[in-house]
Amino acid sequence: MIALGIEGTAWSLSVGVVDEKDVIALLNDPYIPKEGGIHPREASQHHSEKIAPLLSRLFETVDKNSIDLIAFSQGPGMGPCLRVIATAARLLALKLKRPLVGVNHCLAHVEVGRWKTGAKKPVALYVSGGNSQVIARRGERYRVFGETLDIGIGNALDKLARHMGLKHPGGPKIEKLAERGEKYYSLPYVVKGMDFSFSGMVTAAQKLYDSGISMENVAFSFQETAFAMLTEVTERALAYLDLDEVLLVGGVAANRRLQDMLKIMCQDRGAKFFVPPKELAGDNGAMIAYTGLLMYKHGYETPVEESYVKPDFRIEDVIVNWD
Amino acid sequence: MKVYLGGEAEVRILEDVVIKKRKPKRYRIKELDDELRFRRTRNEAKIISQSRRVGVPTPIVLDIKNDTIVMERIEGKPVKECMSEEVSREIGKYTAKLHRAGIIHGDITPMNLIKKGDRIFFVDFGLAFYDNKIEPMGVDVHVYFESLKASFENWERLRDAFIEGYLAAGGNMGVIERAREIEERGRYVERVSMG
Repeated sequence: MIALGIEGTAWSLSVGVVDEKDVIALLNDPYIPKEGGIHPREASQHHSEKIAPLLSRLFETVDKNSIDLIAFSQGPGMGPCLRVIATAARLLALKLKRPLVGVNHCLAHVEVGRWKTGAKKPVALYVSGGNSQVIARRGERYRVFGETLDIGIGNALDKLARHMGLKHPGGPKIEKLAERGEKYYSLPYVVKGMDFSFSGMVTAAQKLYDSGISMENVAFSFQETAFAMLTEVTERALAYLDLDEVLLVGGVAANRRLQDMLKIMCQDRGAKFFVPPKELAGDNGAMIAYTGLLMYKHGYETPVEESYVKPDFRIEDVIVNWD
Repeated sequence: MKVYLGGEAEVRILEDVVIKKRKPKRYRIKELDDELRFRRTRNEAKIISQSRRVGVPTPIVLDIKNDTIVMERIEGKPVKECMSEEVSREIGKYTAKLHRAGIIHGDITPMNLIKKGDRIFFVDFGLAFYDNKIEPMGVDVHVYFESLKASFENWERLRDAFIEGYLAAGGNMGVIERAREIEERGRYVERVSMG
C-alpha cells in the first residue's frame, strides 16, 4: 500500500509518500518568519499559497494514481494552519477517490520513530517548538507521563535566541554557541513531579544576557539546565514503567547535547537509546503518511464530514490497536 | 538489608533506620548536579519535619548530610496490604492537613503509606513541594484515586471515604472537584514515583 501524508501544524509544510517498507518521497517548504516568531495567520497564508505547488512537485516523482490513501495532520496545532492542510487533504481524497485518514501529530512522531529505529516499547521524549512531552504506551493508548506546564523547549530556545538578536529557528544557533560556552550560570530548574516548566528559565537567561554574560555562556547554561530537566523526567518514566528503551523525537531531537545526555543516562541504567534521522525526527509529511497507513490497515478511516481539525487533539484520545 | 533503586535515589532499609541517598547523575554538569541533590535533600527533610508539625505522621529525620537523609524506620504494614474505608478516611484527613500547610506530597499511593497501630505514616516525600494552588492539590488527590482504582475492587467506597476525611479535616471541596476534572482531561492517568 502507498500513502500520502500532509503535515502543516505550525511553521513546517511537508508532504511525504511511504509504503510499508520505506519513505518513497518527502518534500518540504517551511514558512520562515521574516522577523520575530511564528504568526499563525502568516503561516497559514504561506501554507495555502505553497501547498498546491508542493503537491505538483511531488506528483512529478510519484504517480498520483499509485496512491491508496490520503493522510493529514488533524492536530494538535495552529487552527488556521490545520484548516489549510485539512482542506487540501479533503480535495485530494475526493479527486483521487481515495480514503482519508486524520492523524494525531504527536502519535505520528512516535510511530515513525519506532518504525525507523526499531525501538519496540520505548519511553518517547517528544521535543519540538510547541510540544515537550514524555510519552509511553500503556495498554491501548499512549499516555503522557510528563509535559511542559507552559511552553515547549523549541519555543523556549527560540525566545532566548530572538532576545540575543538571532533569527528563527534559534535552536541550532543556540546549540552552536553553547559548544563554546565554558562557564555555567545557575538558572531556575523547575521539575514538579513529572512536569516541567521553561518560561521562568527563559526570562532568567535573558536577564543573564542583559547583564553582560556572553551569548556562549548563556546558551551553554540554558542547554545544560533545560536538557537536564528533560533527561531527568525521561529517566523517572523509565524507572516507574520498568522499561529499557528511550526514543527521542521532534525537531529538537537533532540537538547533539540533548542526545548525549540521554545516551549517558541510558548507559548508566542499561537502557537503549534511539533517535530517527533528522528529516524524520522533526515535523514531516512522511510520518503522517506512515501513521495514516498504519491506522488505515487497522480499520481507521476519517469520513470527509468528520474531518474537522482538532487544535487541541491529545495523543491519549487515539485507541492504538496495533503492536 | 534491603536496597531500592528509584529514578532518583537509592534507599537502604537497615534494622532501625532508612538511608536515602541521591546519587550523582553523570549527564548533568557537576555544579548543577551537586546543587540539585543537596537542595532536594534539604527540601525533603524540611517537608518531612514540617508535615509532622502539622500533625501528619512521618518518620523522624535523624541526620542530613549533603545528599543523604537518615530517618527512623517505621515498622508497620504497607497500606496496600491493609486498606479499608477507615484507613482511606485517615489518609484523606492527613492529606487535607498537608494541603492546608501548603504541602503537595506528589505521590500519595498505598505503596508510600505505612500503617503502624492506628496511625498512617507518610514515608516518601521525594516528589513533595510547596504550593497553595488548587491544581497541584487536585493532582495530588487524583494520583491517590488512580492508585486506588489500580489496586482495589472497592475503590469507589475507598475514594468516598477519603473525600469524607479530607473535607472533615478542613480540605477544600474545590480540590476534590478539580481532581475529577483532571480525570476527565485524561491526563495524569498514571503518575511516576521516584523512591
